[in-house]
Amino acid sequence: MENQYLLSMNNISKQYSGNRVLKNVNLQVKPGEIHALVGENGAGKSTLMNILFGMPVIFSTGGFDGNIQIDGQDINIDSPNKAMAAGIGMVHQEFMLIPEFNVTENIKIGREIGETTALSKVFGDLLEVMNWKKMSADARAALDNIGMDIEEYAKVAGMPIGYKQFVEIAREIDKTGIKLLVFDEPTAVLTEGEAERLLEIMRLITQKGISIIFITHRLAEIMTVADSMTILRDGEFVARKEVKETNLIEIAQLMIGRKVEKLVDDNHMGERDLSDERIALELRDYYVEMPGERVRGMNIKVREGEIFGFGGLAGQGKIGIANGIMGLYDTSGEVIVHGKNLDLTKLGEALRNKIAFVSEDRRGVGLLLGESIERNIIFSAMQVNEEFLNNIFGLKILDKAKAEKHTRDMIKLLDIRCTGPNQASGSLSGGNQQKVCLARALTMNPKILIVSEPTRGIDIGAKKLVLEYLAKINREQGTTIIMISSELVELRSLCDRIAIVSEGKVFSIMTPDAPDAAYGLAMAGVREEVLA
Amino acid sequence: MKKIKTIFDNIGLPRLIIGLFFVGLVITSLVLGFDAGPLFSDVLRRWLMYGILVLAMIPGVQSGIGLNFGISLGISAGLLGAVLSMEISYLGNWAEKFGAGSAWLTLLLALTIGIVLAGIVGTLYGLLLNRVKGSEMTVSTYVGFSVIAFMNIVWLSFTFKNGELSWPLQGKGLRNTASLAGSFGGILSNPDVVKNTQPAWLHWLAFRVGGVTIPLGLILVFALCCFIVWLFFRSKLGIAMSAAGENQLFTRSSGINVDRKRIQGTAFSTILGAVGIIMYAQTYGFLQLYNAPLMMGFAAVASILIGGASVMRAKISHVLIGALLFQGILVTALPVVNEVIEIGTLPEVLRIIISNGIILYALSKTKGGNQ
Repeated sequence: MENQYLLSMNNISKQYSGNRVLKNVNLQVKPGEIHALVGENGAGKSTLMNILFGMPVIFSTGGFDGNIQIDGQDINIDSPNKAMAAGIGMVHQEFMLIPEFNVTENIKIGREIGETTALSKVFGDLLEVMNWKKMSADARAALDNIGMDIEEYAKVAGMPIGYKQFVEIAREIDKTGIKLLVFDEPTAVLTEGEAERLLEIMRLITQKGISIIFITHRLAEIMTVADSMTILRDGEFVARKEVKETNLIEIAQLMIGRKVEKLVDDNHMGERDLSDERIALELRDYYVEMPGERVRGMNIKVREGEIFGFGGLAGQGKIGIANGIMGLYDTSGEVIVHGKNLDLTKLGEALRNKIAFVSEDRRGVGLLLGESIERNIIFSAMQVNEEFLNNIFGLKILDKAKAEKHTRDMIKLLDIRCTGPNQASGSLSGGNQQKVCLARALTMNPKILIVSEPTRGIDIGAKKLVLEYLAKINREQGTTIIMISSELVELRSLCDRIAIVSEGKVFSIMTPDAPDAAYGLAMAGVREEVLA
Repeated sequence: MKKIKTIFDNIGLPRLIIGLFFVGLVITSLVLGFDAGPLFSDVLRRWLMYGILVLAMIPGVQSGIGLNFGISLGISAGLLGAVLSMEISYLGNWAEKFGAGSAWLTLLLALTIGIVLAGIVGTLYGLLLNRVKGSEMTVSTYVGFSVIAFMNIVWLSFTFKNGELSWPLQGKGLRNTASLAGSFGGILSNPDVVKNTQPAWLHWLAFRVGGVTIPLGLILVFALCCFIVWLFFRSKLGIAMSAAGENQLFTRSSGINVDRKRIQGTAFSTILGAVGIIMYAQTYGFLQLYNAPLMMGFAAVASILIGGASVMRAKISHVLIGALLFQGILVTALPVVNEVIEIGTLPEVLRIIISNGIILYALSKTKGGNQ
């Protein structure tokens, strides 16, 4: 019984600067099994794996609590080298391959087999001559192990993505004494055929007695290939399940299951007159070329006065929607605002049509960090709507008094904690920076307000205030709000409708009170009719 | 104690060291028995003389192209304006037609031609810098050098009638150094010139108080330029330009064409360079052609960096402090060092060490990319 598990991580807790990201998490993997690790973005999967690999990021932030056992023995993994020595390998999502090297070189890199020469006897191992024959044979063996028939002397550059993935796997398998392989979302970048192939290879690997930890968002893949799974939610351990004993709906429910607190009183809902006749924003066959967040043919209608949410996993394209509308990335398709077709090739077109945007990238896009709060808040309104300007001899000069008054009003209204309008925005805390971003958008007097990840990286108090304020301007000023967020709870507490984005398209549009399982399945891209 | 630390942080170590060095030099020179009057006059004159060239750095830095080493473009445009204006005034016989007013007309025409030319080449230069984003400062250094080489050919090929400008023996090509004595040299800054050539009601332009020369005209022009730059950066265009320099994505997301703002900033910087060199020549009394302006860009860059500016941000206070410290040290160090160590070229060596050392120091302090 004692040695039932190859790896067991017990009561793992971790906090980053006071913020608990893992709370008493357990993870057990049996020898030769495929164990899936499931959870939403931010559930703590990456942190757990970083701990397993002894990554420096863990130890530079104060280490972790709990213990790790391999083959029943306590082990102290405090550097990636130790993890490797313990027989743990990782297949990365982004390939760690050198394109100009061939397959053998990539597989054997860092573990080259050398032969001593006269020079190396004097100057050390670095001058050994490589034993290409042996190395090629090793590479061949590793490739054969996973059933790959690519030539070991082919260059990696120009290979299809799937092949690169297999080379990466071969490299891990070639390491002697490998016991456990971690696959971090390996199928995310693969085509369907390649993904199937990969799953087969995973089975092949486990037949040789190597265990696999499989991180994926695709629940269907888990059902086909995994033996057991651990589900995390908000850094907490939810359950360990045998795949045979569970089903998709249960997993989805466990992943999402959280109490949703309505921020807005339902009584106010009736006062708004939402109608399918009056559309604030319509997207038709809309594409955005935002790297990592591509939108691929989206069709959606947002009604006037509505709070509309876009949810979905990271990388599925929800972030791209807003950035495309604001003209930050190339788009195609139609964007129709209050019946007017926007020409997004013109910079600032959306702003001139009364759309304001609070970016998810606060420090990169949202703020002039070196400039004052005042400059930040009035900037867009001044540039686009020509407010806060005096006309002096045909020159448009800043109206300092007006700008300062407005800034003071905003500071009061949104409770921005600062020393005054002249404090540099870069020195504010995250929550207050977010309020400055929001103030800048509101100063534009928008008819449509797009907020992207409005609560990312801010504390709970500020979070609540921001969300409540969004609800307030929606109710009192009739502003249409489009909210893009990775936090389902947040979307469900505020929105009238929520579109779940998957692979750059709207997967389904749901109401906030739809069951947890429905959300979980939609996030994972599983159609319910498939289950039936 | 905390207050002292804040003040110290605000001044910054390099400025503190250089400031103390400057004060030390002034004290030493007074102890050594140098006359205070000419010394202060000289510091004041050189400060104002270089001021506008240093001021020209601001639009470049603020619009995001960094320190404009290519200010030689503006300088060349200004010099071209000056020589063309002098030739026109000579051909048109302005001195006879307008008397004392001819100097003013020549100066005004020089400024006009210089500004127009600088506006044109500055725009083209801006287009070039937009194509080399990320290495503007390297490229601008080479642009600065190349334009001087190009202008050497241009100066040589001019055939001017004005004897002050052309080589006396050849009648072809322009002189290395052309005197502005009969033209606009010193009319804003030299009390003797003002007294001898200008009517009495203009004598306030430059005068002496005690032993100190006050070039009031030059002070006003410099102040006006500072005011224009200050006002510009409070205008809609100026604010957009600074934003473009600080955060391109932010600026784009507010619907502003960042590239265009950078071009406008570069053009503005170039124009100020043209105005700067004309005011410099006016104060100095000579037009220096050929290789004389080769390193002027470096002096301007060093000055604004001493003043406390960074590659990303610069203010007018940086210009004022920087130009004063940099030129002040040069003026005071020369006689002091000559007195203490009697080696011919040492002051020049010292100047080079200071100016290049400061540039190196400041560049090592800048963070790569967008902060």
